[in-house]
Amino acid sequence: MSPLPGIAPMSVPPAAFLAAGTILFVIGLIGALLKRNALSIFLSIELMMNAVNLLFLTWGRMRGDASSHVIVFFVIAIAAAEAAVGLAVFVALFRARQTIEVDRVNLLKW
Amino acid sequence: MKPLYWIPLLPLLGFVLNGAVALASSSRRARRGEGGERLPYGERLFHGIVGVGSVGAATVLAFGALVPWSEQAFAGRALPVVETAFTWMFAGDFSVAVAFRLDALSALMLSFVTFVGTLIHLYSVGYMQEEEGYGRYFAFLNLFMFAMLTLVLGANLPVLFIGWEGVGLCSYLLIGYYYDKDFAAAAGKKAFVVNRVGDVGFVLGIFGVLALFGTTDFSFLEAAKQQVLSGSAPLSVYAVCLLLFLGACGKSAQVPLYVWLPDAMAGPTPVSALIHAATMVTAGVYLVARTSALFVLAPDALTLVAWVGAGTAVFAASIGLAQNDIKKVLAYSTVSQLGYMFLACGVGAFAAGMFHVFTHSFFKACLFLGSGSVIHALHHEQDMRKMGGLAPRLPQTFRTMLIATLAIAGIVPFAGFFSKDQILGSVAAGGHPALYVVGVATAAMTAFYMFRLIRMTFAGEFRGTHEQEHHLHESPATMTVPLWILAAGSVLSGFIWVPMGVSNLLPRFLAPALAEMPEHHMSHGAELGLMALSLGAALAGIALAVRWYTGRPAPEHAAHRPAEEIVVSPAAAAFCGKTGLLGALVKNKWNVDEGIEAGVLGPFRGIGRVLWKGVDALVIDGIANASAFLVELAGDLLRFFTTGNVRNYALGFTLGALVLVAYVLFF
Repeated sequence: MSPLPGIAPMSVPPAAFLAAGTILFVIGLIGALLKRNALSIFLSIELMMNAVNLLFLTWGRMRGDASSHVIVFFVIAIAAAEAAVGLAVFVALFRARQTIEVDRVNLLKW
Repeated sequence: MKPLYWIPLLPLLGFVLNGAVALASSSRRARRGEGGERLPYGERLFHGIVGVGSVGAATVLAFGALVPWSEQAFAGRALPVVETAFTWMFAGDFSVAVAFRLDALSALMLSFVTFVGTLIHLYSVGYMQEEEGYGRYFAFLNLFMFAMLTLVLGANLPVLFIGWEGVGLCSYLLIGYYYDKDFAAAAGKKAFVVNRVGDVGFVLGIFGVLALFGTTDFSFLEAAKQQVLSGSAPLSVYAVCLLLFLGACGKSAQVPLYVWLPDAMAGPTPVSALIHAATMVTAGVYLVARTSALFVLAPDALTLVAWVGAGTAVFAASIGLAQNDIKKVLAYSTVSQLGYMFLACGVGAFAAGMFHVFTHSFFKACLFLGSGSVIHALHHEQDMRKMGGLAPRLPQTFRTMLIATLAIAGIVPFAGFFSKDQILGSVAAGGHPALYVVGVATAAMTAFYMFRLIRMTFAGEFRGTHEQEHHLHESPATMTVPLWILAAGSVLSGFIWVPMGVSNLLPRFLAPALAEMPEHHMSHGAELGLMALSLGAALAGIALAVRWYTGRPAPEHAAHRPAEEIVVSPAAAAFCGKTGLLGALVKNKWNVDEGIEAGVLGPFRGIGRVLWKGVDALVIDGIANASAFLVELAGDLLRFFTTGNVRNYALGFTLGALVLVAYVLFF
């Protein structure tokens, strides 16, 4: 462990952060695959992104590399934009079909 | 001396001028919806002056070049003159120049090609005046002269080949002159395709010469004379000779490639005279004589040339015996006489072959132009059964044709006697009795069918319609003057080589340009005997023809005879009529066309059918259709992955990502 000068040593071991991030990611993945409500899927995806953010930051810290912060800021910014577009799509979808159950929105097939 | 290349260039210029004016005129007439009638006088005058003038000027230039050269040659001081216009192509140390060569052989060809060519152009002015395609006709005829002069003057094989193909093209264009008639268009196509067969041989022969000598310039002949070959395998010399001879067979209508020439009579008669009798068809003989130095290195190839020539001579003559179309008789006669020329070359008497080329150009052109005059007088009637009794009506035509007929029949002292005698003498002296017998038999047949033509056309009573009889007229002076000049040539051109040492201008002149062959000398007694024999054969043929073809219906049969046999005596009917195997075969031209149809075209059609139905329809289309089917099948199966359910897609993403991660981690 060789922190950069001026940065305090970690009291909680990095493995704990990695574990937390991985667990969050898997929870989000399962949610995204299994939930039928578009909004729930959406939230699960947000969860996965934040889990990934956490992992990025942890690895950056472990390597003493600040560029992970840059990536995380980009992810947050894009997630915000994505949230705006996604929610707008759901509103439009609900107006058209009176539902946001993804299993019932399946006309485009074969 | 004027540069040689102006000689072919002038007719080319004539072609451009005539062609441009004819095109402009025909499109103007088409716009106005006119057509079908003769051209206005001004246009005809233009085409006549440009057409005859360009060739006439070329003739003047040619004689201006060859007369001084020939004087030098007789003094034994002339070397071949080679003028290079420009380099045509080069690659490494191989180069081909557009170059023209004046030597004894090209001088001889040049003299009669330009001379006869000018006369026939002049004749055409009268013969073609009613034709709408007058300008087109003269343009093509000029183009032909350009190509023929290039062929004659070319100083290397590729330039000769350009001329060779050029005359073939013009032949095609002029055979198909009446392109709105099916038979003319088909005849042109036939001539073109049959010539291609020979040309394949010629091109391969040129490559062979290049491989053997490293050059296609005629200087290779000097090397051949000294037998200096770079890769001197005798077998390859044989191959090159046979390939060149195949080319000659195509152009000069030898068995089995002669079939196009009789059909070529579909063109206007002056074209038949110029291209298909006097000049173009002799190009094959010229080629063999030109490369004689190569041929003497391959004696067996020469033997083949002799036998093909003799076979063609007797075979074509036999067909000529029973033709009723006046031009067809002359066409088969041409094939037969070309056979004589190859026979001469084949026994090594190249000079005698060229002598016959020279004399033949006069009397055969005269015969064709005479037949044209007859056809002109009868308004396009070519069937001799509907002629007869024309001698008093067409006196000029009759006299000139009679002179030319005596010449081709080989009656002393007309030109054909000397050249034919020279050939037969060489054959006999060279020790080929079988070939000699064939030659004499052909001479008798020639005399017979030519006098049959004269008797059926000019003797007895007129058998055409009253309408035709009313309009019978002698041809205008532009047609009769060339006839008389050619008739004079038919008499005089033989005197340049009279046997027994009386005159040997021609062999002395040609000797430097031809390969040397061991000469066979005969005693004067033997020579006289052979002459008497061939003369006797010719006279017998004439006597038989005169006796059989009276020009009057045989009285006891006249009432109920088919028109076809009305002019012949019963004996002639038995021989040439449809009865009897020989008669039927001869009448049907030995069924050669049918044989080629069944033996050559049939298999090719079969192969074509297999390639079409089997290879193209099954294999090629099959591959295309099968690949389309596979793509369609794959699509049919794979489209079920598109369920429409987003969660399935999400699962797909996940699995894909897992695979990628696994790949990165474990491989």
